Amino acid sequence: MSNWERFLETFFNAKVMAKYLPDILHGMLVTVELAALVIVSGIALGLALALLRSLGFRPVNLLIIFVVDLFRALPPLVIIVFIYFGLPAVNVSPSGFISTWLSLTLVLMAFSEEIFWAGITSIAKGQWEAARSTGLTYGQTLMNVVLPQALRLTIPPLTNRTIAITKGTALGTVVAVSEILGMASSAVSNSYNPSPLTLGALAYLILFFPMVVFGRWLETRMAWKR
Amino acid sequence: MAASPIVEARGIHKHFGALHVLKGVDLVLAERELAFVIGPSGSGKSTLLRCLNRLEEPSSGSVVVDGVDLLDPRTDINHARQRIGMVFQSFNLYPHMTALGNVTLALRKVAGKSREEADALGHAALARVGLADRAGHTPGQLSGGQQQRVAIARAIALEPRVMLFDEPTSALDPELVGSVLGVMRDLRESGMAMVVVSHEMGFARNAADRVLFMDEGAIVEEGTPAAIFESPTQDRTRAFISQIQRH
Repeated sequence: MSNWERFLETFFNAKVMAKYLPDILHGMLVTVELAALVIVSGIALGLALALLRSLGFRPVNLLIIFVVDLFRALPPLVIIVFIYFGLPAVNVSPSGFISTWLSLTLVLMAFSEEIFWAGITSIAKGQWEAARSTGLTYGQTLMNVVLPQALRLTIPPLTNRTIAITKGTALGTVVAVSEILGMASSAVSNSYNPSPLTLGALAYLILFFPMVVFGRWLETRMAWKR
Repeated sequence: MAASPIVEARGIHKHFGALHVLKGVDLVLAERELAFVIGPSGSGKSTLLRCLNRLEEPSSGSVVVDGVDLLDPRTDINHARQRIGMVFQSFNLYPHMTALGNVTLALRKVAGKSREEADALGHAALARVGLADRAGHTPGQLSGGQQQRVAIARAIALEPRVMLFDEPTSALDPELVGSVLGVMRDLRESGMAMVVVSHEMGFARNAADRVLFMDEGAIVEEGTPAAIFESPTQDRTRAFISQIQRH
């Protein structure tokens, strides 16, 4: 057997791949569910916190800043492990799926809050003044004038950050979530062959490559002439 | 019978921390009157103007516009501001909207017009400033003069009783100033009451009813354009006038 054949046999073993393809597909489904939940809840919470922060209640803002900095500082894996293995001590036992979802949501919430906040504060004061001078309320100005401009600015950093954090769904494997990496790893143990990992990598590419391209498209789409 | 004034600001003080920016300023503007405010930078002109629609909160004093006490806590300031148009030095158009979108936003959100009504009024306002054919352009596609005229249209579309102009031509290239002053002159001729902070002395001479000279947070002298420009009584006024006329 030549080296090349051994390489193919090891990483592209058709028989093993065919056998574990259904498992990997199932893992993909779980990853997609987890990713979609994380993106929706993380960004929604981040935006909500940024809007809350814009109201300017000092004690509330200090709390927001503390929470945001906390979840930006902690490694996502630490948060996952903490929730999964720590919370049962107080008689709350979230599943691995819930733990991963919750952790990545908190991390994405923290980063997206900072990104939205930076976007909101980057809008010139004159925009607020012009809108308020025509009688628009604070909320109307925020929603109709400031946020639409701020969101365009936030799209490139938000897309990059979202992709980075969503890829963290693979961390769910340490708390037995049956997502792509989890399925691939157990397939490797069962088959004594790493080909399922190749399939797993392929599955991640299929999921995340379009997201990267979509992010790039959004960036150009959202640019507008000043 | 003398009509009640459209703007009646009395004893306006404004502090920014330790800075005493306005020191008891009175400004009374009659219907159809154009008051022109001049003065060195830092004299408090813009702050005074911004107190008249409460973009700046006066530290003390009273501001009554069109019979509405702006500093009364029961006053709906957002409702009152419809009656007070403001035009800024830096235009402050919304860059993500077309000219028409800029003009119609408050018509829809504040005046409660339907989209059709707002669009009709918006087109009419743009026509008044000579930009009927630019309704679909975004600010980035317009010259500075055109942007400032859209900003004027945005304010007049709400049918204000008084217009405040805060150095409306200071950010414009010289060749674009005329178009904006032309629109202001038309507005003046339609009987709009106006308070104008500006350095356009030519415009003041032939359009203003009254010129107010401010320095160090107080009105030093006021009178007809001829009186202020030709025979000011105060030394500070004379010094300022001669300084700007040297250019």
